[in-house]
Amino acid sequence: MSVPVTVRLTVNGVPREGRCEPRKLLVDFLREDLGLTGTHVGCEHGICGACTILLDGQAARSCLMLAVQADGAEITTVEGLARDGGLHPLQEAFHEHHGLQCGFCTPGMLMTALDLLRVKPDADEAEIRAGMSAVLCRCTGYHGIIEAVKAAARKLARSATEGRT
Amino acid sequence: MGERWIGRPLKRVEDAHLLTGRGAFIDDHPPVPGVHHAAIVRSPHAHARILGYDVSAALRMEGVVGVITGDDVARHTKPFSVGVAAPVHYYCAATDKARFVGEPVAVVVARDRYLAEDAAEAVVVHYEPLPAVVDPEKALEPGAPVLHEAVGSNLASHRRLVYGDPERAFAEADVVVRERFRFPKYGSTPIETYGVLARWDPLEGVLTVWSNFMGPFIMHPLTARVLGLPENRLRFVVPPDIGGSFGIKTSIYPYIALIGLAAMRTGLPVKWIEDRREHLLASSSGTDRVAYRELAARRDGTVLGMRFRWFDNVGGYIRSPEPGCSFRPTGNFVGPYRFQHLEVEASTVMTNKSLTGPNRGYACGHLYFETEGMMDRLAETLGMDPAEVRRRNLIPRDAFPYRTPTGGLYDSGDYQAAFDRALELARYGELRREQARARAAGRLYGIGLALAVDPSVSNMGYVATALDPQFRAKPEYLPKSGAVDGATIKVDPLGRVTVVMATTPQGQGHRTVVAQVVADELGIRPEDVTVVDEMDTFTRFWSISSGTYSSRFGSVGTSAAALAARKLKAKLVEYAAHLMEVPAGDLEFRDGGVHPRRGKGPSYSIKDLAGRAHWHTQSLPEGMEPGLQVSGVFGFRVAEAVDAADRVNSSNTYGFIAEVMAVEVDPETAVIKILKYVTVHDAGTIINPMIAEGQIYGGALHGLGGALYEELAYDEDGQLLTGTFMDYLVPTASEAPVIEIAHVESPSPLTPLGSKGLGESSSMTVPAVVANAVSDALAPLGVRITELPMAPSRLWELIQAARAGAVARSTP
Repeated sequence: MSVPVTVRLTVNGVPREGRCEPRKLLVDFLREDLGLTGTHVGCEHGICGACTILLDGQAARSCLMLAVQADGAEITTVEGLARDGGLHPLQEAFHEHHGLQCGFCTPGMLMTALDLLRVKPDADEAEIRAGMSAVLCRCTGYHGIIEAVKAAARKLARSATEGRT
Repeated sequence: MGERWIGRPLKRVEDAHLLTGRGAFIDDHPPVPGVHHAAIVRSPHAHARILGYDVSAALRMEGVVGVITGDDVARHTKPFSVGVAAPVHYYCAATDKARFVGEPVAVVVARDRYLAEDAAEAVVVHYEPLPAVVDPEKALEPGAPVLHEAVGSNLASHRRLVYGDPERAFAEADVVVRERFRFPKYGSTPIETYGVLARWDPLEGVLTVWSNFMGPFIMHPLTARVLGLPENRLRFVVPPDIGGSFGIKTSIYPYIALIGLAAMRTGLPVKWIEDRREHLLASSSGTDRVAYRELAARRDGTVLGMRFRWFDNVGGYIRSPEPGCSFRPTGNFVGPYRFQHLEVEASTVMTNKSLTGPNRGYACGHLYFETEGMMDRLAETLGMDPAEVRRRNLIPRDAFPYRTPTGGLYDSGDYQAAFDRALELARYGELRREQARARAAGRLYGIGLALAVDPSVSNMGYVATALDPQFRAKPEYLPKSGAVDGATIKVDPLGRVTVVMATTPQGQGHRTVVAQVVADELGIRPEDVTVVDEMDTFTRFWSISSGTYSSRFGSVGTSAAALAARKLKAKLVEYAAHLMEVPAGDLEFRDGGVHPRRGKGPSYSIKDLAGRAHWHTQSLPEGMEPGLQVSGVFGFRVAEAVDAADRVNSSNTYGFIAEVMAVEVDPETAVIKILKYVTVHDAGTIINPMIAEGQIYGGALHGLGGALYEELAYDEDGQLLTGTFMDYLVPTASEAPVIEIAHVESPSPLTPLGSKGLGESSSMTVPAVVANAVSDALAPLGVRITELPMAPSRLWELIQAARAGAVARSTP
């Protein structure tokens, strides 16, 4: 075993620190060292997307990078979505539209949708399908997920408009 | 009458914790003090004799506390019971030989998983590679490599079942249609893999195992016997959340034994989370099958009889509940059709592939792919419309409850109405006109139909169909039957209601549904019902058939909740009658309390009665048990053991599915575009349509995966070619078709609510409906689909070959 290194990063707005082997995956670091078990591991080779987080604001697979590579980064996980005791509009939409069954892929779905709607707030259905195809779900047949992301896009667009006026 | 909650698309109580990262999956289990981690060493060979192990280097590595090899497994465990008479010795890891790539051969236990993986690479296993065989027909040829010397051949089981007089049906037929089909090996690959955490308490002699096991809990006593533990010293605990299963997590039990053994041998708690490569290599999948089908019919399209000849490939060992791949649908072998004569010859074959087991639509995806393909071939032979051929053979509405020739008891249905609804929703006539226009323009446009009887709640008795009637007739043979589930309802001193279940849900929203059922029964609101659904074999009711599989919750689980609520109501009425000093018969339970049947008078709410019953037990009538807690265990009387003529009611409730699909095939790229897909379901009373439709969307996509994309493909030497999600193609949101769903409701007379299951739903019809639609599209080229998945490359080759053939035929 190589010498442990210190990793310092900001997770969901809170500075966090841990010591781990340089080879430790970011997702394992989040789950095991920081106790943030909301981010899930589904394939460990970057296809299923269950481990998707935001790394400095962009969606990233936390199974495809090492914790040391995230040193100094700003990370958002599913635990950081709900604020002030209320659900994020995306979380609300997934609830309203039955966008989850077992809930295992859901953290990855939510973080992917968050990034998608940030980059393309007016995404149409085909773009939403293409964007959400970054994460695999085996329960829902994707129907509820796509409906949820469409609804959240509308809701976020409305609140953005209201925010401007 | 208060508000009714059954039938409403209530949002799920399960969602909040799952949406906020507070799920409690197996890998999230709170740390157990001293826990160590396992890495499994797996065979790189499809077939090899194990000559010995050298674990010395691994044991010297940092953090390593122990290595378990096949020698330990042979010394300290017994093989699992298998569902056939053949002497197959299936241990939780290879002992003498490895029989498929990925078979566990050793386990390394270390301080963390990284160190365990390091040491796993240092375990040396000496192998003598042997020739492999992966094709179920080739495996039965003389000279084929034999996997199990004690069996003497690769045939794990062979049964010939005869119902009616198929011989005569075929002799009297005007037409006989024959076809050979191949169904692929695929699995539903839940995004959460297997996980086991085992702790051995030597002083109590108790092994506690946390795992995402989904049942059936028959596997609990089997595992106890393997580990040499009394059943009440083996504790199975299932975490509140399971990340999908679809049948696959039934087959985790060998790993429960293996990791349990590692915990017992090292004296330390041991955790193992399967990785994706391990999952694709060695978890579980459906069987691949070669099927030879024959259908005998009259000229008018009436089916007289069928013959099925199956070669089911269960991989290196037959693992329970196989050969369910052949027999799970025994009662519904005939599907929705009324023909009476059938011969089924089922061979279960062992080859050097990974092991199989239940996978969503268990055995029914295979069955209907073949049967519905045959119905289309019959229509084509007779020049009839495929809808008309099916219509002529449907079991009529007035025939229910209907006893099938194979022993099934179809409890209710109106197949004609559901089929008509599907044709009408799809605008079948218009689709056919559109097809004529498309064909005239040279386009490959096809329409497929598929009908299916959707069996729910397996009767545990069906598995014995695999055994000869002579074997079952022996006095020492213990017959098997049954399908039960339990629920407990408690009312606390302030009148709040808690329901305790142990159904091992995997995302099906059981807590929401139970709250709806109990709210309706008690006349309260669902939010006032707290539902706990967690399995622990030490504290919860369970039986052999417990678990969530074979679409059973919507039928038997909801029935148990309703039964418990009804028992609670009866107790509350009796108690109130005592307080009011009137006969119980003058009172009734409605709107959340006990009221006089007629006229006005005093009434008691649940809250009133609960306070009195808890605080003042003297107020209870003589002989009444204190406490407001009742349990209900619901079981089906129609779940009977298989009879001497191999007839068995293999499930307990039977729904119906009718589907129509239109596709267009690109002649250059062979890409299939789904233009329309309609699915109509009859699952009796629908308790929560949102959840029911979620099951249909999900089931349909599983069927589509098997039909078009997914295959655990092997080369001839038994090496897996699709060991990652880059090669094993799971459909994404871009591939998901638009689905039009409708329901027809024929309530079951067998369940308190009239509900049936529908968890597997369209997973069993989509392979058939896609294959039929694509066959219809390619009919002008003379191409028929007999093999899945229809990957573009395979389809393209078929199209090219057909064109070359046409050219060859037209060239003098």
